[in-house]
Amino acid sequence: MNETAPRQRTVITADSKPAMPPYIKMRHDAGRNRWIILAPERLFDPDPIAVEVLKLCDGARTVGAITDQLAIDYNAPREDIEADIIAMLQDLADKGVVKA
Amino acid sequence: MNESAPANVKHVKESTVTMDAGEMRCDASSSPEPDASCVVRAPIGLLAELTHRCPLQCPYCSNPLDLEKVNVELNTEQWQSVMRQAAQLGILQIHLSGGEPTARRDLEEIVKTAAENGLYTNLITAAVLLKRERLEALKAAGLDHVQISIQDVDTAAENADRIGGYKGGSAKKKEVAGWVRELGMPLTINAPIHRHNVHNVEAIIDYAVELGAGRVEIAHVQYYAWALKNRASLMPTREAFMAAARIVERKREELKGVLVIDSVVPDYYAKFPKPCMGGWAKSIINVTPSGRVLPCHAAESITHLQFDNVKDRPLADIWLNGSAFNMYRGTSWMKEPCRTCPRREIDYGGCRCQAFALTGDAANTDPACSLSPLHDEWAKVADVESHVSSPAFVYRRPGGASPKPAVEKTPQPSDA
Repeated sequence: MNETAPRQRTVITADSKPAMPPYIKMRHDAGRNRWIILAPERLFDPDPIAVEVLKLCDGARTVGAITDQLAIDYNAPREDIEADIIAMLQDLADKGVVKA
Repeated sequence: MNESAPANVKHVKESTVTMDAGEMRCDASSSPEPDASCVVRAPIGLLAELTHRCPLQCPYCSNPLDLEKVNVELNTEQWQSVMRQAAQLGILQIHLSGGEPTARRDLEEIVKTAAENGLYTNLITAAVLLKRERLEALKAAGLDHVQISIQDVDTAAENADRIGGYKGGSAKKKEVAGWVRELGMPLTINAPIHRHNVHNVEAIIDYAVELGAGRVEIAHVQYYAWALKNRASLMPTREAFMAAARIVERKREELKGVLVIDSVVPDYYAKFPKPCMGGWAKSIINVTPSGRVLPCHAAESITHLQFDNVKDRPLADIWLNGSAFNMYRGTSWMKEPCRTCPRREIDYGGCRCQAFALTGDAANTDPACSLSPLHDEWAKVADVESHVSSPAFVYRRPGGASPKPAVEKTPQPSDA
């Protein structure tokens, strides 16, 4: 109904190159000893796995490459973690926390 | 990585700023005797009402009927001190609001101090005073997010401008929303919903997408302060509310990944009372233009409460030890039926201000709860008022709430 290009849902795949836009801020909250993600009138509370994934989301690495890295770092079977990472990033993309 | 975890396991929990709070550090308090048990948690958000001045006159404004005047407002240095103290106290997000916060010429300086202290800054604005250069300056100062209120869609600009009492407002807001996106800043559209625009909820959501918003608040008016004064003009029918609620559900699916839709329900039509501020003195601090520190923006309506001022007492001390904060903090102040209710730590007995306004005792159950003896009578008001013809708005302006002396309770025939 409007003339501008319709905005579309970002679909996360193994080839996506996810990143958090500059106005999404992940930082360590020293007072509460946890990582937090600050977003417009929202807080996100990432667990340690999410923090490790998001630290690798630099807009250059693909989800596949991130999976490779974490499979090595954590000595975990790659196929087990890829679906988990994609599901997590898709959820964050739907909430505007991650772009790809 | 937990291999047995199902694929839909949540690694990231989400909360609005009113819903969550971490443990308070004892050493964050400057009070001489910090609570040894440290049960009080650090607040998450601070609502800074920088001024009560506003070019708009929305009849549902959440500011008190007695608006604070410009000559009592905190100065720049005092607001900057509030920002520094907020960061030390563990606050994460600042909501720069009003009135209209851009009416203050020193907004950039306040934003800058907040940003330098690691606070996430949200500008809650009517937008009509903003120029593009000012928005650029605010961004350069570290502003993170802009929320613009609208009264209706642009194709109903006349209605929008009538509601806000500001000619040309709708078009101006559209222009500013465009600048926000051009500058790469995230945009939220806040749409207070009531009888005069509830039919347009779907169009409002589509308009938010058109404006480039990442988020829209379909914020049914909450009936306090000016909105309570104008309740008979603003209350939608239950049918209209239900229709709007179904649209929100459908649009959430349709626009998944494009637009986040937040919805605030009018408690007259809700099943349970809302947890006032996520619990009194649990996660939010409100500072008025003159520096009074409140547990919620309507708290001054509870006439026996005494409020401290940031000019007299450190923010952390007020949060931990201020009498107004401790009066209804937690659950120990509760009476029956709240005291033994299984939902007492879910909704905290509802809204203290509403309980006070309708029962005379803020410790009573909010009449929004079906367990309140006043509930049926209270709920009937919405049904009755929403079906009679709408009285003229009592517009929000200094002195506007009582234009003629000695006239009480009767609906005003005009806003003059």
